[in-house]
Amino acid sequence: MLNSLSKGLGNLIRKLITGTTIDKVAVEETLRDMETILLQSDVDVNLTGELLANIRKKCLDEKIPPGLTLREHVLKVIYEELIRLLGEKPVGLLGKRKIMLVGLFGSGKTTTAGKLGKYFLKQGLKPVFIGLDYHRPAAADQIMQIGKQIGIPAYVEDNKDPYSTAKNALEKFAKNDVLIFDTAGRNALDIELADELKKLGEIIKPDEVVLVIPADLGKVAKQQSEEFHKLVGITGVIITKMDGTAKAGGALAATSTTGAKVKFIGVGEKIEDLELYDPTRFVSRLLGLGDLQTLLEKAKEVEIKKESVEKIAEGKFTLQDFYEQIEAMGKMGPLSQIANMIPGMGMMKLPEGMLEKQEGKLKSFKIIIQSMTKEEREYPEIINNKRIARIAKGSGRSEADVRELLTQYNQMKKLFKSMGGMKGLQRGALKNISKQFGFKF
Amino acid sequence: MFGLLKKKLSKVVESISDKLKKKDAAAEKIEEVIEQAEDKKPEEILEQIEPVKEEIPEIIEEIKSGLAESKKKPEETKSIFKKIKEKIKKTLVEKTLTEKDLLPILDALEVDLIEADVAVEVVVKIKQSLIESLAGKEIKKGKDKEIVASALRESLLKILDVKELDLEELIRQKKPLVLLFLGFNGSGKTTSLAKFGKMLKDKGYTCVFAACDTFRAASIEQLEEHAGKIGVKIIKHKYGADPAAVLFDAIAHAKANNVDVVLADTAGRAHTNRNLMEQMQKIVRVNKPDLKILVIDSLTGNDAITQARIFNEAGVDASIFTKVDVNEKGGAILSVTYELSKPILFLGLGQEYNDLEKFDKEKFVSSLLGENLKSSS
Repeated sequence: MLNSLSKGLGNLIRKLITGTTIDKVAVEETLRDMETILLQSDVDVNLTGELLANIRKKCLDEKIPPGLTLREHVLKVIYEELIRLLGEKPVGLLGKRKIMLVGLFGSGKTTTAGKLGKYFLKQGLKPVFIGLDYHRPAAADQIMQIGKQIGIPAYVEDNKDPYSTAKNALEKFAKNDVLIFDTAGRNALDIELADELKKLGEIIKPDEVVLVIPADLGKVAKQQSEEFHKLVGITGVIITKMDGTAKAGGALAATSTTGAKVKFIGVGEKIEDLELYDPTRFVSRLLGLGDLQTLLEKAKEVEIKKESVEKIAEGKFTLQDFYEQIEAMGKMGPLSQIANMIPGMGMMKLPEGMLEKQEGKLKSFKIIIQSMTKEEREYPEIINNKRIARIAKGSGRSEADVRELLTQYNQMKKLFKSMGGMKGLQRGALKNISKQFGFKF
Repeated sequence: MFGLLKKKLSKVVESISDKLKKKDAAAEKIEEVIEQAEDKKPEEILEQIEPVKEEIPEIIEEIKSGLAESKKKPEETKSIFKKIKEKIKKTLVEKTLTEKDLLPILDALEVDLIEADVAVEVVVKIKQSLIESLAGKEIKKGKDKEIVASALRESLLKILDVKELDLEELIRQKKPLVLLFLGFNGSGKTTSLAKFGKMLKDKGYTCVFAACDTFRAASIEQLEEHAGKIGVKIIKHKYGADPAAVLFDAIAHAKANNVDVVLADTAGRAHTNRNLMEQMQKIVRVNKPDLKILVIDSLTGNDAITQARIFNEAGVDASIFTKVDVNEKGGAILSVTYELSKPILFLGLGQEYNDLEKFDKEKFVSSLLGENLKSSS
């Protein structure tokens, strides 16, 4: 499925990138392909229609900005339309005091509450958990245990009455910076549970009502978001389980029906596995495009030239740049998935475990660079044996590991120098990194 | 339940029925033209039937060649026209659906099914199966809905055609029978396991729960609370303990106390997480459970099939679908069963212990096709 999907997308994008002419017919064809891709990514069917109508209008009617070809324009429009729905920039939840989490059963509300608590704690705030789920057995224990783990007070009442819990918590924690209310999972169409949620909303008067939806939720997302929105007024969305293979198209339905934007995404089981929503990455994933970033940068390049890119183009490729490249790659998802997104790669048979091994290596490189001083990152040539020993100790790796990183870095630096031009770098960055780590495309 | 999928399927039946009505109207029109044909010129006849030529091309061909022949042999005109009239009469009661007739209808079905969360490869299968059973088939007037519904029914049953599993028979055969519940985070493993335990207990079997989710906060308490309510013994270790060891102890307990069934709750895991998948394989390796039951959230979209595929690499023997009461689409059930070709044990239908229903594919397909589409076959 994922394979065939990204294969299809690979073809589509290749058509857009390499097609010599792009005319109205080609735009139409592209839009038809988009339709299938969006539907397969669980985007609601009416929403898909609406999106495509907007994209068609913009692609065909709007004047193409100078410096962009029509095909680049099409891609940019597709991206912008999706971003309009999802939110343009990371907004987070800072400055909100009473946050209420709502959602279907098993969407990950309590886990997300824990992650949010940790996030606020890191910002130097004093968060508190209020457990309002008395339906699921041991839900109260769960929030208490999470609170204990990360050192955040959690409040539940023995009487199992969510209303009195909410009321008392509001008084008891009047001085706390952030109150995170964890509600019971529910089918928003269940009258009894819907009523409970509505009443809780009236008692708490939250500053922010966050709908928690799992990335793999199918097309039921639209109906449920609508119902939740009617009940309590959704102001934000957190998408969980982004570490799986799902495309999170349901999130689009949630943001388009409620007008709320995506705030965070959950990317794993651990308490730190919460990330600010990043539009480019999210859309890349939704469309299965590994190289969307590159394309967008190409589009932006017409107007602005980035300082760091210029630096690299001049041959000043530092370890800090290397670090950022690894990080950028890591953000696109597991390597095996990236491999699938790259045209041709999905069909190749890679040795079992190879991608995981490479992934481990990249992670290890990141850790090693983190143990370097700023000076060492900017001027790697100063790293001598003494420094290697210190870095190895600091990062918990062997000296051989540090040396291997330096070798890889030097090879890359040479490569970039030989390529010279910035355009080549941007288009080929991913490819070259991958080459360095032993893949061939 | 499954409201949307049901609507989409009945749309196909309607569309095909409409198509046949159009053919009917075309045949009537042609009949009318031919009735008064004898004093008309051939060109005139062809012009009059022009608007309906798309619907039943085979008749149009017949008329064209008939007209050409009567030009050559004017004396046979009468018998030629008689032949044509008979053909038309036959068409009025019995029509043939061609692949060309079906394709636009099935293309519309494709989008509809994807909308209902049916995975694309399953949609393709259903389409193929419908073309096989309907293209070229002669359909008697008034029988159309029945024939199409029966073809649909067959195509859906084909997707769900997997070897069934007699759980009680298995319990009688082996003691203790060890059931391992697996699945993605939040799919409903613990709730399903509790419902399952309650059902077994009601049937007179003894069970023990094994709290093998030693990772998620309060997972052990959650299972413990269920066990207390149902009145089942639970075997647990501390958080962070090796889940394989927990199950090992639970099996030992069952053996020592003559317990019929061991139900093991495991931690939710992303199928992309290699370490957790390996941990799962260790549980399997050490304890050799008799059934590995994949618990799937029926609200999952197109990703369901990918999840099922990767879990199945570790071996899955049966599935349970949860949250079916919230489900309007039902596609995940078709997709996953097609991918796994393993039986569905139960559907989870709500929050109460008794909200567990044995899966019956005939009943499921009937419920998808609705009352008015029931066919006699």
